Amino acid sequence: MSADVTVTVDGMPVTVPAGTMIIEAAKQAGVLVPHYCYHPSLPSPAVCRMCLVEVEKSPKLVPACVTQVAEGQVVHVSSATAKNARQGVLEFLLINHPLDCPICDQAGECELQDYVFQEGRVATRYGEYAKRFNPVEDFGPDVLYVPNRCILCTRCVRFMDDVAGAAVLNVSERGDRAYIGIAEEQLLDHPWAGNVVDLCPVGSLLSKDFLHKARAWDLDKTASICPGCTQGCSISIDTRDDVVVRFRPRPNLEVNRHFMCDTGRQGYRWLNRGDRVEAPLVREGARLVATDWDRALDRLGVLLEKTTGSVVLLASGRLSTESLGLARQLVAGRDVAAAIHVPMGDAQPLAGIPNLALRRERVPNLKGAELTGYVAGFERAFAAIPRAALVIVLDADLTPEEEARLAAAGAEVVWMGTVATDAQHHAQLVLPLTTMAEENGTYVNRDGRVQVFQQAKGAPGMARPAWWVAGEVLAGPGPDRDAPGTGAEAFAALGQYYPAFAGLSHADLGFTGLVLPPRLAEATR
Amino acid sequence: MGYPHPSHPKETVLLSRYFGDPGARAYAGWVERGGYEGLRKALAMPRADLIEMMKQSGLRGRGGAGFPTGLKWSFMPKDDGKPHYLVCNADESEPGTFKDREILRWTPHAVIEGCAIAAYAIHAERIYVYIRGEFTEAWRVMTRAVEEAYASGALGANVFGSGTRIDVVLHRGAGAYICGEETAMMNSIEGKRGNPRIKPPFPAQSGLFGMPTTINNVETLSAVPHILTRGAAWYKGLSLSSPRSTGTKLLSVCGHVQRPGNYEVTMGTPMRDLIFDMAGGMRPGRTLKAVIPGGSSVPIMSAAETEDCALDYEGIVAKGSMLGSGGVIVMDDSTDMVRTIWRYTRFYAHESCAQCTQCREGTAWTTKVLERILSGRGKQADLQLLLDLADNMTGKTICVLSDSCAAPVVSGIQKFREEFDAYIAGARRPVLAAV
Repeated sequence: MSADVTVTVDGMPVTVPAGTMIIEAAKQAGVLVPHYCYHPSLPSPAVCRMCLVEVEKSPKLVPACVTQVAEGQVVHVSSATAKNARQGVLEFLLINHPLDCPICDQAGECELQDYVFQEGRVATRYGEYAKRFNPVEDFGPDVLYVPNRCILCTRCVRFMDDVAGAAVLNVSERGDRAYIGIAEEQLLDHPWAGNVVDLCPVGSLLSKDFLHKARAWDLDKTASICPGCTQGCSISIDTRDDVVVRFRPRPNLEVNRHFMCDTGRQGYRWLNRGDRVEAPLVREGARLVATDWDRALDRLGVLLEKTTGSVVLLASGRLSTESLGLARQLVAGRDVAAAIHVPMGDAQPLAGIPNLALRRERVPNLKGAELTGYVAGFERAFAAIPRAALVIVLDADLTPEEEARLAAAGAEVVWMGTVATDAQHHAQLVLPLTTMAEENGTYVNRDGRVQVFQQAKGAPGMARPAWWVAGEVLAGPGPDRDAPGTGAEAFAALGQYYPAFAGLSHADLGFTGLVLPPRLAEATR
Repeated sequence: MGYPHPSHPKETVLLSRYFGDPGARAYAGWVERGGYEGLRKALAMPRADLIEMMKQSGLRGRGGAGFPTGLKWSFMPKDDGKPHYLVCNADESEPGTFKDREILRWTPHAVIEGCAIAAYAIHAERIYVYIRGEFTEAWRVMTRAVEEAYASGALGANVFGSGTRIDVVLHRGAGAYICGEETAMMNSIEGKRGNPRIKPPFPAQSGLFGMPTTINNVETLSAVPHILTRGAAWYKGLSLSSPRSTGTKLLSVCGHVQRPGNYEVTMGTPMRDLIFDMAGGMRPGRTLKAVIPGGSSVPIMSAAETEDCALDYEGIVAKGSMLGSGGVIVMDDSTDMVRTIWRYTRFYAHESCAQCTQCREGTAWTTKVLERILSGRGKQADLQLLLDLADNMTGKTICVLSDSCAAPVVSGIQKFREEFDAYIAGARRPVLAAV
C-alpha cells in the first residue's frame, strides 16, 4: 500500500496519507464538511449523519468522518444529493430545538445556527406539533445541561468516557425521548469536565461561570497561553470591553490538543483586578510620589549604579521570558540571587491524552525563568537579603512573613508589579507593570516549547511590561539608543543574551510554538 | 408442520417436523430422531470442506438479509491466533415473526447442534445464544437442553471425543427490538447499550469483544445439521424456483387467515398456496387486501402483487418487497391501512436507539403526521411530507431501522393512497383523538 493517496474533493485534488478520513482530506482541500458528532480529538461514532458526502461509484452517501480515502476517489460535498441529505438532517435536528437563540449563550458560535443559516430550510414543516421538553439540569460545579437544545451528538459522553476516563454521562432513553443522562448520585466534577461545554456544538451544555455574561459576537478573542501551570496549554483569552470574561482552549496538537483543565479555565479573574498600580512612584522622604516614566527610569538607573553590593531579584513565574531575561540583565555581572516562587498543587492528568495534565508547578514560565538565570523557590534568595544592597521585586507574590523580612533588611528596594501590596511601602521606586494579558511575550513550557501570547486587553494607566522598563535602562542614554519597543523586539534582544533564543523570532514561533533543542534547553546560567 | 395445526400436504417439514412433539426436547429423544449425527459427521471433516459444503447447499441467512451462509463463514480469518465467536441470533422480535420461538421451544437440540457445527467450522470455541428476553419458555427449554448436551458430551472441552472445545453461553435480551440487529447484539452481549455499530469493520474482522465473529439466525443454524446428514445437493434440490433460493423456509402466517401458524415450505412455493391452502384463506365473506411478506420492515404488497408471487428471495423482490424474516402478515378488506401503518411506525419510533438523527427524529415525526391524519386533521401536503421524510430516512443511517420505518409508509401511500385521501378529505371518520 502506498503511503499517500490522491483524491478529488469538490474538484480540488488533494494528496493525503493513506488511512486519512474523507472529512480530514476535505479540510486539506479547503472544503469544510459540515458535522456535529465528529471531533478530531474524540472517537467517531458517525451518528449525526451530517457529514454524509457523495462518493462516485458508491451506491449510498457515506459518512465522511469514518470513511477512509481511497486512491482516485471523487468526493462531492456540495452536490445536490449531499446538500439535500444535510438539509434533511438539519430539519430533523430543528423540529425539537427551541428557537431561543436570543437568550442562548451559544448564539453566534453555534454550529446548528451556522449550518441552518448556510443551507437549512427557510420554513418549518413541523409547525403544529409540540416540541420535546425536559427541564434544565445541574450537572456539576460549572456545567448546566439544557436538554431541549441537545442534538444528541454525544461528544460530551465520549469525552467523559474515552478522554477523561470517568464515564458519568450517558445517553438515556431511546428514540426521540433520548437525552444526556448523568449517572445516579454523580456530578460532572472531573477536573477536566469543563471541556464538555466547549465540545458541545450547540447551547446545550453551558458554563455557569459564563452564563449570560456576554454575547459571542461582542467578544474579542486573543491567542494566548494559559498562565496556570507549566503545561502551557494554548488558550484564547475572550474579552468584552477590555474585561476578560473567559479562557477557552485553543487547538495545539502538540500540547493540549483541544482541551484545558478547569483550574486553568477559571484562572482569569486576577487579570480583571481593579487595585492596580497605575503610575510610577518615587520616594520623596517618607512619601511615595507619582511621577512620569522618564524620571522613574532615571531613578532606577541611579539606584542600579549606586548600589554596588549584591543584588536579590524576587520574580514571578507569570512574567514573560522577555521580562525575566532583560530584567536579569539589569544586574548582569554582579553578585545576584535571582529566584521565582513556584506555588505547588496536585497534578491532574487527562487520562486519554498522553503528556497532558494540570501540573504540580502552578506557574507558566518555570523553564523560561531557569533559562534566564533564575532558580525555583525563594529560600536562597531570602537568605541572601540581609547582606544585599539592592532587592528588586518583580511582580512577586510575597507572603506577609516575606514582606516583613524584606522590610527588616537594610537593602534598597525597587518594587515593580501589577497589584498594590505592602511591600511597595518600603521601596525607593515603584513601577507599574502589565499582566500577561496586557502585553506580547513568550512562555517556555516544561517540555522546552517556546510559545507566544498576544496582548488581549489594554493596560491600566501607565503600566508597562517589565521588558520595556529593563530595555530602556539597558539601552542607556544617547541618540543612537536601541531599546525594544515591542514584545517581538524584546524577544530578539533576548537572543543577544541567552543562546537558547538566538536566531528565533515571535514569527518563527507561530501559533503553536517551537521546542528548543535539548542542548539549548538546559538551564545554563 | 403448520404448528399448531396438523401438517399440510403442501408443506415440506424439515425444521418443523417435531413441533408439538415433547419427546424431541430431550437429548435422548433428539438422538432417537436422528439428532447429533450431523455434528459427529462435521467434526470428522476438514473445516474448509464444511464451509464448501454450506456454499454448495445454497443456504442463505433466514434472519432477514438472506446472506449466503457458507460465504459468511468463509470470511472468518484463518489461523490468526485470536479467539473466534459464534453468536446465535435468537432475539426474534420482528413484528409478525414467530418461527424461531417454535424452533427454540420444540427442537432446542437442533439449535445447539447447528451452533456447534458452525462454531467448529469457524474455529469458535464459544457460542453466545442471544435469546429474546420475553421468550421465557424458550429460555427454560434451551437452558435444560444445554445442560443435557454438556452432560452427554455434545458440548464442552472435548465434543464427542474429537478434542474440539465448544461452549455455549445463553444470554437473555432485555426487551429492545434493536438488539436483534447483529452489531447492536454484540454491544448488548458486551454489557453496553444496544446501539448498532458502524460497518466496517465487519464482525468477521472485529466483532464481539473486538474478535472475529459470525452471527447466524436460529433457523439458519437449525438447517445446518440436515445439510450434513443429507448432503448439500439434496438441500440445493429443495427449490421450486430460483437456484439462488434453496431449502425450506419457515413462514409465520398471522393476521386475517383462518389458520394462522408456522408453515414450512420449499423455496419457491406460490404465496397463494400458503395463504389460501395452508393457512386456510380469508374469513368467510372477506377478500385479501394486502400482505406484508417478511415482517413489518418490508414494503407492503397489494393483493394483486401476491397473485403469481413465488415465496423465495428473488420472487418477492420481483414484486417489490422482500422475504425478510418470513413473518407473513395477511390483511383482508376490513383493514384500515393508514391505521396499520401508523401502528408500525409507532413501534419503530419507540424502538429507535436514538443514535442517528434521521431515525431518532424521523420515526417520531412520521408517527405524528400519521396521527394527525388519523385524527381527521390531515392535509394533502402531509402525504408529500411523509414521502420526503421517508426519503430522508432511507439509506442514510447506521442500521436499517430507519429504512424499515419508511418502507411501509412509502409502499402504503403508493398502493393505498385513497385511504389516506379519505381521512384527509373527511370521508372517513377519525379514529384517533386530536393530538
